[in-house]
Amino acid sequence: MADTRRINLTVNGESHEGEVETRMHLADFLRQSAGLTGTHLGCEHGVCGACTVLVDGEAVRACLMLAVQANETSVTTIEGLAEDGELHPVQRAFQEQHGLQCGFCTPGMVMSLAAYIDENPSPDERDIREAISGNICRCTGYQGIVAAGLQAAVEIRGGG
Amino acid sequence: MDTYVGSSVLRSEDPRLLTGNGRYIDDIVLPNMVHAAFVRSEHAHARINGVDADTARSMPGVVAVMTLDDLGEPYNTKRTEQPYPSPAFKQDITIYPLARDEVCFVGEPIAVVFADSRYTAEDAAAMVRVDYEPLPAMVDVAAALDDDAPLAHADSPDNLIATLSIGFGDVDGAFANAPHVLSESFRQHRGGCHAMECRGVIASVDPAHGGLTMYSSTQSPYLVRSVVARYLGEDEHNLRVIAPDVGGGFGPKAGVYPEEIVLPLAARMLSRPVKWVEDRREHFLATNQQGDQVWSLEVAADDDGTIRGVRGRVIGDAGAYTNYGLLLPMTSVIPLPGPYAIPAIDVKVDVAFTNTPTKCPVRGAGRPTAAYAMERMIEVIARNLDLDPADVRARNFVRADQFPYQPGHTMVTGASVTYDSGDFHGCLDMAKGVADYANFSLRQEAARAEGRYVGIGVSSYIEDTGMGPYEGATVRVEPSGAIQILAGTASQGQGHATVFSQIVADQLGVAFEDVTYQSADTALFPLGVGTLASRTVVAVSTAVHEAAAQVRDKAIALTAQVLEAAEADLEVAGGRVFVKGSPDRGMTLGDLATQLAPFNTGAVPMGFTPGLEATSYNVTRGPATASGSHICEVEVDIETGEITLIKYSVAHDCGRMLNPQLVEGQVLGGVVHGIGNALFERMHYDESGQPLSVNYGEYFLPLAAEMPPIEIAHQETLSPLNPMGVKGAGEGGTLPAANAVIAAIENALKPFGVVVNDYPVDPERICELLDEALAGGAVPGG
Repeated sequence: MADTRRINLTVNGESHEGEVETRMHLADFLRQSAGLTGTHLGCEHGVCGACTVLVDGEAVRACLMLAVQANETSVTTIEGLAEDGELHPVQRAFQEQHGLQCGFCTPGMVMSLAAYIDENPSPDERDIREAISGNICRCTGYQGIVAAGLQAAVEIRGGG
Repeated sequence: MDTYVGSSVLRSEDPRLLTGNGRYIDDIVLPNMVHAAFVRSEHAHARINGVDADTARSMPGVVAVMTLDDLGEPYNTKRTEQPYPSPAFKQDITIYPLARDEVCFVGEPIAVVFADSRYTAEDAAAMVRVDYEPLPAMVDVAAALDDDAPLAHADSPDNLIATLSIGFGDVDGAFANAPHVLSESFRQHRGGCHAMECRGVIASVDPAHGGLTMYSSTQSPYLVRSVVARYLGEDEHNLRVIAPDVGGGFGPKAGVYPEEIVLPLAARMLSRPVKWVEDRREHFLATNQQGDQVWSLEVAADDDGTIRGVRGRVIGDAGAYTNYGLLLPMTSVIPLPGPYAIPAIDVKVDVAFTNTPTKCPVRGAGRPTAAYAMERMIEVIARNLDLDPADVRARNFVRADQFPYQPGHTMVTGASVTYDSGDFHGCLDMAKGVADYANFSLRQEAARAEGRYVGIGVSSYIEDTGMGPYEGATVRVEPSGAIQILAGTASQGQGHATVFSQIVADQLGVAFEDVTYQSADTALFPLGVGTLASRTVVAVSTAVHEAAAQVRDKAIALTAQVLEAAEADLEVAGGRVFVKGSPDRGMTLGDLATQLAPFNTGAVPMGFTPGLEATSYNVTRGPATASGSHICEVEVDIETGEITLIKYSVAHDCGRMLNPQLVEGQVLGGVVHGIGNALFERMHYDESGQPLSVNYGEYFLPLAAEMPPIEIAHQETLSPLNPMGVKGAGEGGTLPAANAVIAAIENALKPFGVVVNDYPVDPERICELLDEALAGGAVPGG
């Protein structure tokens, strides 16, 4: 009944090839076909940002992108952010600054901030607040997340 | 001895959650599982004359389509259970698991499709045809008790569910000779919980013993077990309920829903695991919300602002069904006196049906609306008598030397309302310090000189935390020396694993990393209540503390016996029990655990029960009274109505803080939720009951960019009712926030005489109020 296409993409450095329905969004592909359930779906209409992943290094809402559109791209999810068992500075700062409670929005928050700090390693508080204005958190009141973003940026740019 | 308690230990939950290794309901996949999609009412009120599911049933991949009739006897005529029966009910109408012949809100489940994928299930659900006969809809609760009001349930005599009241003291006397009698009417609206994870249920039959296993994204797995077992007619041991990682709760996930009935029934009927995960549109339609309350209050006061009495009436929206009992209206009036020593109160609340989703507590339950109501009365007094709002509060506070303080009325349990401890004046002074309240008038003058309108708002609260009736915990030492805590309550992000491990690590003198915590699985721990009403830290920490103390005592007793030492000479530290001053003379906790749980050739030491473990249940001795004062500073743009939050100051008292960083996290989240209520969150319905805000472009949640810096000061007045002196902190941040924001807006617009009263308030409404004020002759700056 549904149209399908064959796609091939890299997720966290590993090749994933398969036949997908053309209507399947990237988040469902990652969760159901690739088995990576760290990418969460909070609204499925592109506002809450919980599903944010990196596609060729850019932060993307995986509920608004079809899996077929990700053909021949390289995707990084929350599962691929830590390297060699070492948490990414944003992940570590989230723990130290209490930037998460229930953890559901967290993967999207972390991916958004990792991408943003990569672009702008010297953000101020206002910059961080704007950078996560497309991610909704109901638990923390954002203050711990903002502190985590600022702390991670210091570490990423090498202090100062 | 307290190495960990009281310090900001980093959460043990976090590494897993930060690396994508959380396990939420939608992450769970069982073999041969089918996926559900619900067919939901398109009308706020209608008769159902028929459901045609033939097309849906014939679609490839569809396993079954079920209506209420298809659930068979006795379920085809059986409404869901009332978890909270009350003699106060004049009408108690719970929802059917699937609609029978009438639907009473947009989103009410009518049928369910099971298919091999969620995509296919949704395709098929769209092909189910429902023959509706629309009926008049009761939408605005303010009119629900009018003589000509449409009936929310076609066969009801009227829309009144119950009338509750709070009353004590001589109200007539208080008003009879009062120098000032002031009144105010206001409408309070609180939206939904909007946990970032929606609800979800998985049910499967365990072929080994025929019992059901349910996963549910719930705050109360034991309530789900109780309600579902009763409905299904199953014994509780046949129903294992597990709350996996839950992505936020905030109240509505502490209810039991039709989907939690339908899924286990379907698992039995289909003999396959079934899964349903709510999407965000369904969350707007079908998850309980808090809704509207319409308040009219009068206050009698002396010239100096001393309150003599309060009286009035409330109409509270209950939505379409009574599945959350009367908890919301009860918690809206019982806490009404707040931190104030008020001699007399008489307030009635009429609870009414509307054709909107069932109403239930959201973060704070009715307490934020009760707090707002009393804080409004303070504002009315200050405004009319030209007094400083902070001074009016201080004048009326219960004093620190008056505890335990009894306002004069009773709780739901029938016990007298009692405030156990606090220092309300101390908290207000701290908040004023944080906010630099003393110098605000200078800031306001300077801003006005530039044509800017800034304002400040104060708001105070208390919260009856640690509600009963009980919780329990088991603490067990394993032969390896690892410590396991088992408890009932589910966590939705509060950090239970960390906090309870801190307590046990200190009690048993072990490293925090050696303690693990498991909970929220009815097969792991037999009894529990739930995580709601800022109760868990009080109820469970008390049980954990006591269980760990018993384990410690047992370890000391066995060591004394083995070493032939006096118990008083023994010390517990570093995972060992040893003779003080002779650290070599001792035993590890692991060795003691091994001795107490030997295998075939061993023997349990004389005089001991097996296992280095203990279970303790805590029965509440009454609520621990948390308290605080908030101060918000805002700027209002009189051209656009834009409201900018400049700074938000908090001074709060949740007793002893077990982990200050986690307490601050709770307070911050609570404040922002309250700010959302004040400024952003509104469920819109049209006259026919159609919801107009069903996505996050239409329903606004607070975002990082709009939130002010929030500064928190802590006061620790220990509760005398539990061994560590703790009080709950989960909701206190929310309780006073709406009034702090609204009062600040009113203060900014004082030159225009603008009174906001209703919330949420948006820039459009601010402009309307300014226009009305100017049309009425207000002179800006005058």
